[in-house]
Amino acid sequence: MTEKIDIKGEKDMPAMAMSLGLMDWNKTGSWRNLRPVIDYEKCTRCMICWKFCPDACILIRDEEPVIDYDYCKGCLICAEECPRDAISVVKEE
Amino acid sequence: MKKVVMGNHALSYGAMLARAQVIAAYPITPQTEVVGFLSELCADKLLDAKFIKVESEHSAMAASIGASAVGARTFTATSAQGLALMHEMLHWAVGARTPVVLGNINRAMGPPWTIWTDQNDSLSQRDTGLIQYYCESNQEVLDTVIQAFKVSENERVLLPAMIVLDAFVLSHTSEVVDMPDQELVDKYLPRRKATYRVDPKDPHSFGNLTGPDRYYELRYKIERSMREAEGLIKEADEEFDKLFGRKYGLIETHQIEDAETILVASATVAGTARTVVDELRAKGEKIGLVRVRVFRPFPFQEIRKAIENAHRVMVIDRNISFGHSGIFYQEVKAAMYNQPRRPPIFGYIAGLGGRDVTPETIAEIIEDAGKRDRSEEDIIWIGLKP
Ligand code: SF4
Ligand code: SF4
Repeated sequence: MTEKIDIKGEKDMPAMAMSLGLMDWNKTGSWRNLRPVIDYEKCTRCMICWKFCPDACILIRDEEPVIDYDYCKGCLICAEECPRDAISVVKEE
Repeated sequence: MKKVVMGNHALSYGAMLARAQVIAAYPITPQTEVVGFLSELCADKLLDAKFIKVESEHSAMAASIGASAVGARTFTATSAQGLALMHEMLHWAVGARTPVVLGNINRAMGPPWTIWTDQNDSLSQRDTGLIQYYCESNQEVLDTVIQAFKVSENERVLLPAMIVLDAFVLSHTSEVVDMPDQELVDKYLPRRKATYRVDPKDPHSFGNLTGPDRYYELRYKIERSMREAEGLIKEADEEFDKLFGRKYGLIETHQIEDAETILVASATVAGTARTVVDELRAKGEKIGLVRVRVFRPFPFQEIRKAIENAHRVMVIDRNISFGHSGIFYQEVKAAMYNQPRRPPIFGYIAGLGGRDVTPETIAEIIEDAGKRDRSEEDIIWIGLKP
C-alpha cells in the first residue's frame, strides 16, 4: 500500500498527474449508496457474481466469493445475476 | 542544399531531420503524402523510427501519447475530420503533458464532403491546450517542425504542438526549400531527455483518478507552461536564426511603423495580403500587415503593440464560429478591449471551403473598411454570392 503523498500546493506537484491519484487510497467504495451482501447459507459458490462484477470487486477467497467494499460501487449487477438470490441489498448509512 | 518540395513533404522532411523516433498516423486527404513519405523514409532506413499503422486518428494520437510517455520523440499528422476524431486524445496529450508534434493540413469540415482548405478544423481545437503554429511557406513548415519539437519537449512546456498549413494552397504546392544540415539540426535539437516518463524500473500511476483537491493546480500548471511557451517559442526561433539564418516570430509585421490601416491575417492568405500591401505602399498608402504565426499561446503583447496606433484594423478569417464571428477577429478584438488605445477592428470572413482569396478579395476588404467609421457588424462577408 502506497501512502497518499502530502502535497500542499502546485509547487510540490509534477507537471502531470504522476502518482497523484492512486487506487491504494482512492477508496471509491465510499461513493456507494447501496451495499450488496452475500448470504453464504444460500450461496452455492458458482462464481457467476465474480464473473459479472464490472469493477472486479468480487474476490475469490478460499473458493468463496468475497466482496471488496473498498471499491464496490453498488451497481448491484451481482445481485441481479445471482441465480440463488443469495445477494441482498442494504442501504448505506 | 536546396530542394523543390511540396508542403506535405516539408512536414515529412522536418520530422526526418528532427529524428522522430515514433510516427503513428492514419492517412486522410490532403495529408496522405506526409505519412506516405515518412513510411517510405522508414522503410528505406533513411529514418530510424518506428512507424505505427493505426486504424483511426483517435488511435494515432493515443499511440503517440504512449510513445511520448516513455520519452520518445513523436510525430503524427492529420486533417479535418481526422483531427476532430483525435479531439479526445488531444485533451489527453495536454493533460498527460506528453510532447508530440502534429502536422495538420487545414481542410474544411464536412458535410458537405469537401477536401479544400479552411481553418475550422484546427481552430475547433483551440481550447485543448495545443500549441498552434500557422505557416505561410513550405520553408516555414519544415523549419517549424524542428522548432516545435524543441519547444514542445522543453520540460518547462511539455505540451503537444500543432503545425498548420493550408490544404492544396500549401500542402500540394511545390516550393524551393533550403534543407537544414543534419549535423546542425542535431546540435539545435539533441535527442530528447525526458525526466518524467513511464519506466518499469520506477513504477508510477499516470493520469489516475485525481480529485478536486489537486486537479485545479494541474490546470494552473498547464496554463503557466503555455505562457512560458510564448517566450520559449521566441527563444527557439532566435537560436534557429543563429544556426540557419531564418526566423519567423510569434507574429510577423510588415510595413506597420506608420500604418494607419492594418490587415491581420494568417497562413497563405497573409502572403497574398502582403503583395497587396506592397502595391498600395508603392502608391503612397499607409497600410501594413500583421501575420499571426502563433495562435496558441496567443501573443497578446505583440499584437497589441503592433496594432494599437492604427486607425483601422481588418482581420481576415478563413473560418467561422457560428453564432459569433471569425475566430482571429474575436481574439484580436478581445486582446484590445482593456487597452487605453484601441482602433476600430473589422471582421471579414473569406475563403471558406477553399474558395480562393485573391489580391482582388483583399483589395475589396480594404475598400470596404475604408467606407466604415465604426465596426457595427460582427461579420462582414466577402465574396458571398447573394
Ligand atoms: S454491486 Fe456491482 S460493483 Fe459491487 S460487487 Fe456487486 S457487481 Fe461488483
Ligand atoms: S452468484 Fe450467487 S450463488 Fe453464485 S457465487 Fe455469487 S453469491 Fe454465490
